[in-house]
Amino acid sequence: MLVLEQILNGIQFGIALFLMSAGLTLIFGIMGVINLTHGSLYMVGAYAAALVAAKTGSALLALLAGLAGAAVAGIVIELVVIRRLYARDHLDQVLATFALILIINQSATMLFGRQPLFVQMPPALARSVTLLPGLVYPLYRLVVIAVGLLVALGLALLINHTRIGMLVRAGATSREMVRALGVDIRLLYTLIFGLGALLAGLAGAMAGPILAVQVGMGEQILILAFVVVVIGGVGSIRGAFYGALLAGLIDTLLRAFLPGLLRQVMAGSNADALGAGLSSMGVYLLMAIVLLVRPKGLFVKQS
Amino acid sequence: MRVNSIVGALAAVLIGATAAAAQEPLKIGMITTLSGPGGYLGQDIRDAFNLAVKMQGGKLGGVPVSVIVEDDSLKPGQGKQIADRMLKNEHIKLLTGIVFSNVAGAVVPDVLDAGGIYVSPNAGPSTFAGKDCNKNYYVISWQNDSLHETAGQSANELGYKSAFILAPNYQAGKDALAGFKRMFKGKIVGEIYTRLDQTDFSAELAQIRAAKPDMVFQFQPGGLGIAFLRQYQQANLTSEIPMVVAEPSLDGVTLKAVGDAALGLNVTAHWNTDFDNPANKEFMAAWTKEYNRPATYYASQGYDTALAIGAALKGTGGKVDDTDAFRTAMLKADFKSVRGDFKFGPNQHPVQDWYALKVEKGSDGALHLNTKRKIMSAYGDSFAHECKL
Amino acid sequence: MSSEAIVQSTPVRPALALRLLLAAVVAALLVALPFAAKAFGLESFTGLATQVVIYAIAAMSLNLILGYGGMVSFGHAAFFGVGAYAAGILYFHFADRSAFLGLIPGTDSLLIAVLAAMLVSGLVAAIIGAFSLRTGGVQFIMITLAFAQMLFFLFVSLETYGGDDGLIMRRREVLPFIDTRDAVTFYYLCLAAAALWLMLTACIVRSRFGFVLNGMRQNEQRMAAMGYAPYPYKLVAFIIAGMGAGLAGALMANYLRFASPDMLHWTKSGELMMMVILGGAGTLFGPLLGAAALVLLEAFLTAQTENWQLPLGIILLVIVLFSHGGLVALIRRFVPDKS
Repeated sequence: MLVLEQILNGIQFGIALFLMSAGLTLIFGIMGVINLTHGSLYMVGAYAAALVAAKTGSALLALLAGLAGAAVAGIVIELVVIRRLYARDHLDQVLATFALILIINQSATMLFGRQPLFVQMPPALARSVTLLPGLVYPLYRLVVIAVGLLVALGLALLINHTRIGMLVRAGATSREMVRALGVDIRLLYTLIFGLGALLAGLAGAMAGPILAVQVGMGEQILILAFVVVVIGGVGSIRGAFYGALLAGLIDTLLRAFLPGLLRQVMAGSNADALGAGLSSMGVYLLMAIVLLVRPKGLFVKQS
Repeated sequence: MRVNSIVGALAAVLIGATAAAAQEPLKIGMITTLSGPGGYLGQDIRDAFNLAVKMQGGKLGGVPVSVIVEDDSLKPGQGKQIADRMLKNEHIKLLTGIVFSNVAGAVVPDVLDAGGIYVSPNAGPSTFAGKDCNKNYYVISWQNDSLHETAGQSANELGYKSAFILAPNYQAGKDALAGFKRMFKGKIVGEIYTRLDQTDFSAELAQIRAAKPDMVFQFQPGGLGIAFLRQYQQANLTSEIPMVVAEPSLDGVTLKAVGDAALGLNVTAHWNTDFDNPANKEFMAAWTKEYNRPATYYASQGYDTALAIGAALKGTGGKVDDTDAFRTAMLKADFKSVRGDFKFGPNQHPVQDWYALKVEKGSDGALHLNTKRKIMSAYGDSFAHECKL
Repeated sequence: MSSEAIVQSTPVRPALALRLLLAAVVAALLVALPFAAKAFGLESFTGLATQVVIYAIAAMSLNLILGYGGMVSFGHAAFFGVGAYAAGILYFHFADRSAFLGLIPGTDSLLIAVLAAMLVSGLVAAIIGAFSLRTGGVQFIMITLAFAQMLFFLFVSLETYGGDDGLIMRRREVLPFIDTRDAVTFYYLCLAAAALWLMLTACIVRSRFGFVLNGMRQNEQRMAAMGYAPYPYKLVAFIIAGMGAGLAGALMANYLRFASPDMLHWTKSGELMMMVILGGAGTLFGPLLGAAALVLLEAFLTAQTENWQLPLGIILLVIVLFSHGGLVALIRRFVPDKS
């Protein structure tokens, strides 16, 4: 049962990572932009949801606010800053979006204070359910998993069966080709950036009742999301999905069971310290191995 | 190649700033954490310290003071740089403010080596409480381990026989678990060190559920504690396994952010908002009027630190150059602490009373942290005997 | 960026005299700085300048692979941190009278510590580089990040050496005849190290090796067609860069008397990258300028306001959006160095 529960935990963490990395991989793959502000958009989503929830008490309105807030913030950032960076190299993008992180974090601190915000758990979801005898699991986390799966399905439909999806797929392999198709690239880019921001906002809004909504929450998940993107293959939504689940599972399972294994051979606190360190390394080790075996990621055709 | 002109411009500004500030008032340097998730801790310390100065009309102990605040961003290196500047450029002798033990561990030796005085409003790592104690180092808050020793004592009194304990994997976290274990008489059925940047505790919660302990003791300060408590409730553990924590795991701010998940929580503390003494009443009234937000332990400690410094300054007539005279005056602890009785132990850390608190729902439906009973009287810490001053 | 790099490698004409003069003036000012700081009662300025100089070494070393070699490493702080820990661990065992892994005795000699730091960082760079350089582009950025993060978590989990809290060195390491504990002397030591590293970089980029490296950044196929296998060249550059960062790390650990996992965190790698880009990637003096600008700006802004991140972010954003090539490019607009 403990193993099953930990697997569920891993999946749930993976789903949160997926929502973050889906947007990143689109922006990264199609627009060729390394967008470090993606974590900030996650934070914007969480803040918008938390503030609206506190004002209205409605979980649905809060969710919508989180989505809208992040999407609007994303589009504004795209129009004002990112748009000027498409022609630049990755270095300028990293520096500019890092500067944006500083600006957004400090603005959030000045506007909303340093105290973490409280987000009410929707009362209907604030309980646990018994899945199997002995396996009790929080309902909210199950809902998060379900929402993530729905989003994955929706994105799959969008990518495989719509014109935008066709452009996205084409863009992931050859940006020049999309340009040659005579598409209004600027509009497409803005839309995709907005969609990515929307997904980050969704992740942020859903994280609110579980985690602490505070400044800096975005950077904690940002790097892991990048790792997922690279594992799955830049530009591939399918890759982001499986990559995220893989990363979530590895991180959670190592964290849950490695210290116990190490305790068999060494003293408690040393085992925990080493176990925590090693389990944190796990995801990065996975990425390094994947890149060495399949340099373009797991779900992208290797040229 | 423009380095010179940048340096020139910067130097000019710095000189201007020093010249303007080189007036009458005694300068007190406050290095504290204002950015990042731990930012509200430093903010409360600073605001309460400034409140005390304001209430005394810009003075402490009758001596005009100006408080110079800088943000260490929870980076030891940055803290050292700030201390260096304060000590050398601005010739500040008296420093305070550090929130986190790792910053204190890096900065305090520099201050002391340079002949400065450091008065801690929060961090009290074991490193400076035992044989490395120092004549010019005072702690107004508590010694790290003591905090958690009282939680162990509280768990004994509540009759728990087995405990599952967890804390982040850094010095203060290890101090916490060591402190709890030193006092707790029951059995430890599980012990986990988590990551400092961890936000999801589902894996740990599953292990707690599987271990079936009488109680859980955890040390997860600030935002970590919020996430932990909420996930603990969502996992339906709140009603099954009671929790005992020390004050850093649940302060006024986290209580507000945690909501119902904190209901029934046992907390041990050296101070609480509802303490019935005149000094605390005065402080709470002024705090609420000035800032209108929950007062945390950090705020009370910042306030007490200002009062303690004020008492020392009063004793020396505002002089800090003679550290021996300052020490004599400081150790008298001639001030009314908001926590009630306060005196310094042999290692210049507090000797004070500790209380058991509980989170309860008031008649207004809101959650309150209520003081229940005294659990330890005039308690110092476990390192004082190693200190030879 | 590429045009500037070419400027560096083509023979310089009349502007050379002017530039040499300028360099001499800057050098003189850097040498005179501690005295000026003392005269103005700003003694901690020497400490700040020491930090600038040390970061400049790290940024210059990153610039060799990032600016000249086109290898965007997002894990350069790993070598910086490994260098710092090498110095810190040697001192720890010296103070503890024990030996590293029971074999290597500790030392409080700065010279040995610095050499050991460079050696270890170089070794680590050789291992990381050997793997990472099999990839390219975005994958290279991420794999260097991955290795750096692994090392970060390794040091976090080393309880003996302080774990998350870092390793405190009670005193600075020593040299014969030179008082390293004196702030001004230590500044000059670091300045000398930076000057040496600058000269080394200048020699490298002007050598055939530097020419090949630069050529590969612009067009790897062409260089391969000319008979230069990219991998060994890149690896050697990567190792040299790692050693430079290790040197900087060892000096920084001694300056702060402190080494912490912080020094290997990805944000530190980002900071080093920022210094290079801010100053001007692929230019000799860019990283120096970038390091100075970033360190001084941060120190200045934190002293002014607790909301220092906001102006810092805005300034960085404006520079990157409008300068096209960092501070060096900005300066060249006013002081053209081509005749």
